[in-house]
Amino acid sequence: MDLRRSMLFIPGNNPGMLQNGGVFGADSVILDLEDAVAPMEKDAARFLVAQVLRTVDYGVSETVVRINPLDTFAAVDIKAIVPCCPDAILVPKVESAADIHQVAAMIAAAEKPEQTPVKIIALLETPCGIVEAYHIAKADPRVVALALGAEDYTAGLGAMRTKEGTEIFTARTIVINAAAAANVQSIDTPYTDANDEEGLLADTQLAKRLGFKGKLSINPRQIDVIHTVFNPSLNDIDWAQQVIHAIRKAEAEGSGVASLNGKMVDLPIVNRAERILHLAELLGLMGGEK
Amino acid sequence: MKNAIGREIPETISGIAAIKPFAGAFATVPEMTRQAPKVKTIKPADRKLVDNLVEVFKKIPVTDGMTLSFHHHFRNGDGVVNMVLATAAQLGLKNLTVALSSVFPVHAPIIEHVKNGVVTGLDTNYMSGPVAQAVSKGLFDKPVVLRTHGGRGRGIECGQLKIDVAFIAAPAADEYGNLNGVEGPAACGSLGYAFPDAQYADYVVAVTDYIGEYPLSPISIPQTRVDYVVKVECVGDPKGIVSGTTRITKDPVGLKIAETAAKVIQATGLIKNGFAFQTGAGGASLATAAFVRKMMEKDNVVGSFALGGITGYMVDMLESGLFKKLMDVQGFDLEAIRSLSTNPNHLEIGADFYASPFNAGCAVNQLDVVILGATEMDTDFNVNVVTGSDGVIMGGSGGHADAAAGAKVTIIVANLLRGRLPIIVDKVLTATTPGETIDVLVTERGVAVNPLRADLKEKFLAAGLPVKDIQELKQLAEKIAGAPKAVKTGEKIVAVVEYRDGTIIDVVRQVEG
Amino acid sequence: MASIAKTAQAGTLESSDVMITVAPGTQGSGIVIELESIVLAQYGEDIKIILEKTVKDQGITDIYIKAVDRGALDCTICARTLAALSRAGAVLKEEII
Repeated sequence: MDLRRSMLFIPGNNPGMLQNGGVFGADSVILDLEDAVAPMEKDAARFLVAQVLRTVDYGVSETVVRINPLDTFAAVDIKAIVPCCPDAILVPKVESAADIHQVAAMIAAAEKPEQTPVKIIALLETPCGIVEAYHIAKADPRVVALALGAEDYTAGLGAMRTKEGTEIFTARTIVINAAAAANVQSIDTPYTDANDEEGLLADTQLAKRLGFKGKLSINPRQIDVIHTVFNPSLNDIDWAQQVIHAIRKAEAEGSGVASLNGKMVDLPIVNRAERILHLAELLGLMGGEK
Repeated sequence: MKNAIGREIPETISGIAAIKPFAGAFATVPEMTRQAPKVKTIKPADRKLVDNLVEVFKKIPVTDGMTLSFHHHFRNGDGVVNMVLATAAQLGLKNLTVALSSVFPVHAPIIEHVKNGVVTGLDTNYMSGPVAQAVSKGLFDKPVVLRTHGGRGRGIECGQLKIDVAFIAAPAADEYGNLNGVEGPAACGSLGYAFPDAQYADYVVAVTDYIGEYPLSPISIPQTRVDYVVKVECVGDPKGIVSGTTRITKDPVGLKIAETAAKVIQATGLIKNGFAFQTGAGGASLATAAFVRKMMEKDNVVGSFALGGITGYMVDMLESGLFKKLMDVQGFDLEAIRSLSTNPNHLEIGADFYASPFNAGCAVNQLDVVILGATEMDTDFNVNVVTGSDGVIMGGSGGHADAAAGAKVTIIVANLLRGRLPIIVDKVLTATTPGETIDVLVTERGVAVNPLRADLKEKFLAAGLPVKDIQELKQLAEKIAGAPKAVKTGEKIVAVVEYRDGTIIDVVRQVEG
Repeated sequence: MASIAKTAQAGTLESSDVMITVAPGTQGSGIVIELESIVLAQYGEDIKIILEKTVKDQGITDIYIKAVDRGALDCTICARTLAALSRAGAVLKEEII
C-alpha cells in the first residue's frame, strides 16, 4: 500500500523550493509544471524538473510531476519527464477514460525498457471529470489514485467556493466512491488558506470521515496537521489489534465466526483493521507501545 | 602558538598588547582589581549643559590618542558617532580610538577619518556595512579588536578597555545628566550597552535632542556619572533605530527549523515552571519562540524570564503571563520601548549584568536555553559569526559567545544549506564561539548533538527527533551541493577576535581587493 | 552545429537560481565563460566545469556564456543552460530534453 496522506505541490520553476521540497516529510512531492509556472517559462521548468528528478534526493517522499493538460504541453512534458523516472504523473483536468488511455500510451512510449512503470494519478477538476470518475479510475492499471481539484470544479459548476465546502460535497463523495469501487486511492482537494490552521484541521477531519485517504497541499506548513489527521489514533490501533486477536482466537478454536464486544467481526471489519495496523506499522506507531 | 581550539595565534601582533591565547571557556580567571576612573566633584551652582560638541571637546579637553566610546542602541539610525568624529576632525585631533559597541552601515564616514589619521583604532563587538568591508581590506594599520557584549563590559570594568570619554547618545536627558532611552524622538528603549561606559569612563558626555524636566524619570544612567550634557538638533533617525513590528518568518524551511528547535527544547525537559530563555530577533530564532510559546501554553508553564534583545513578541509573552520578567539589554521595536517604560516586570540591565564573565555573576548564567544563529560551524561545533562566505567581516559575536557559555543548553538554528553553501565545514574560517559551549545544531535536514552532551542525545532519540552525527550532516550537505573550496585570505591580520574573558580565540586576515 | 543561432537567456536572479545568457561564438572562438557568483571562492571552478560540460555534451564548441549565479546547484545550472541553448535555437539531444 502506498502512503499518500499528504501530497505537497512545489512550483516547478523555483530551484530553491525544488531543492528543499524533501525536508517537509510529505508522503508525495508534486513538482508542478502546470499552474505554478508562467506560460513563458514552461520550457525552462521542464528542463529544471527533469534535472531535479535525476539529482535531488526526496528521501521518503514519492516523486510526482504535474504535467500540463492534454490540449497544451502534456505530450512534450511526458516525453521529457518520464525518462527521468518520477514515481507518478499527475494529469490535470482529466475528463474521460480516453484521456487516461492517451496519457498511458504516451508514458509507455517514453519509458526506458528497464524503468519501473510510471503511475498515473488523475486530477478531476471539471463536472465531466466527476461524472466519469469511476471509468477514469478503471481506465488503466497505471492509475493508482483519483484526486479532487475543487477550485476549477466549482468554477465549472458556477458555484462559489466556500471554506465549509458544501458546494463540493457531492463531488467529494463521488470521487471517494469511484476510487473505492475501482480499488484505487482518493485524495482530497487542497485547503487554500495557508494561515488558517484550525480550518485546515476541520477540513481534513471531514475528508477523512468521508473516506479520503489523503489530501493535496499547497503549503509545507500544512503537512503536520494533515498527517496528524490521517494517522491512525491509538484508539484505532487498539481496536484493530482486538479485531485481529478475536479472529486468531476464533481460528484457533476452529470456529468460523469471530466476535468482539458482542458484535460479529466480518470481512470488511477485518480489512479495515488490517489497513490501520499496516499504516501504523509503516509510520512506526507500533514500536515501543506500552 | 595554537590556542585551546587549535587556532594559530601569533605570539605578538603589532598594535595589540600582551596576547593571551584562548585556553577554554572557563579556564582563564581574572587577577586584577576593577578600573577606577577619576573621582569628580562639582559645586552646587555648576551647570552641565554645554552649547555644542566643540565646546565640550575643549572643556574636557579631548586630546590626540584618546579612546572615545559610544553605544549602538541607535543602530543604523545613529547620528552621534558621525557628529562627534566630525568635531574631532574639525579640531584637528589625531590618533583616536573609537570604542563603539557595534558598527553599522550609517557609520561609513569612519573610513575617511581613518584615512586622514583622525581615527587609528577600532574596538567593537559587531560590524556590518562599508566599515566592515574596508576593515577586511586592511583599512587600519593595527588590528581591530572584536569583543563580545559581555567581554566589552568586562574589558571596561577590568581596565583593559580604558575609556577617556564616553559619548552617550541619549534619547532623553535632563540638564543635570539623568538619562533614559524611552522618551524623545529617538527613543530606543534600554540603554544597557552604555552602562559600563558611564560607570568607568574618565569623562561622560550625554548627547541628546530632548531635554526633559529635572529630575527626569525613569533614570537609566544617573546624574552622578554624567559630566556634561550637549543638546544637538537631532541625534538620529528613528526609522533606523527601531522597527514598527518584528515579524515572524514565513519561509517554510525557516519554520521547519524553528519547529524542530522547539521540539528539541521540549525534549530537554526544560520547558517547565521557571523556564529561562533567550532568543534572537532574526528569522528562525523568533519563530522558535512562537513554537515554544505554544508548548508553554499547552502545558500551563510560567517561565521565569526572557533575556537579551527584546522584541514585541517577548513583550506579548510577558503580558500574557508566560514569563514573569523580561531582562532587557537592548530593545528592537516600539513595543519593547512601551513595555520598558510602563511595566515594572520589564527590567533594564547593563551589558556587564547581562553577560560579563568577570563579576559576581551575570544574567546569562541563569539561562536554561538560548537559541543562536551561525554563518558557519565546524565538526568540533566551533561557530563563526564574524566572517561571511567571501571571508569579509559581516557581523561579530555580540552576545553570541556569552549566552552560549552561560546557558544550560545552547542551540544553533541554521539552514544546512544557505543557497549552495553548507553550514558545516571542517574548519570555520573564523572561530567566534568555542564548540565546548555549543550543545545542539538544528537544521532542516537533521539535528546534531555535541558529543560532550551524550545525555541530550539520549533524550532527543527517545523523543524521536532526527538526530544525526555532525559528520553525517556535513556529508549530506556536500552530497547535495558539492564540497566547497576554502576561502583564500592574505597574511595581514585585520582583526583579533577576543573571547569574553579577554583571551584571543582567533584572528581575521585580510581579503584581496 | 558547432554554435548557436542567436542570443538567448534563461533563469532568474532569485536565491538558488542562476541567470544564463548564451550568445553565438565565432568559428574557433571556443567556449568563453563569464561567471559572477556569490560562491565564487567555494564553487567557481565547479560551476565553470558544469557549464562547459553541458554545452560540450550538446556538441557545441564555439559559444559565449554569461552566468550570474545566486548559489544554484549543479542540476539548476545545467537545466538553465539547456533552456538557454534551446531558446537560442540549438537542437538538443533527445535524452536530455
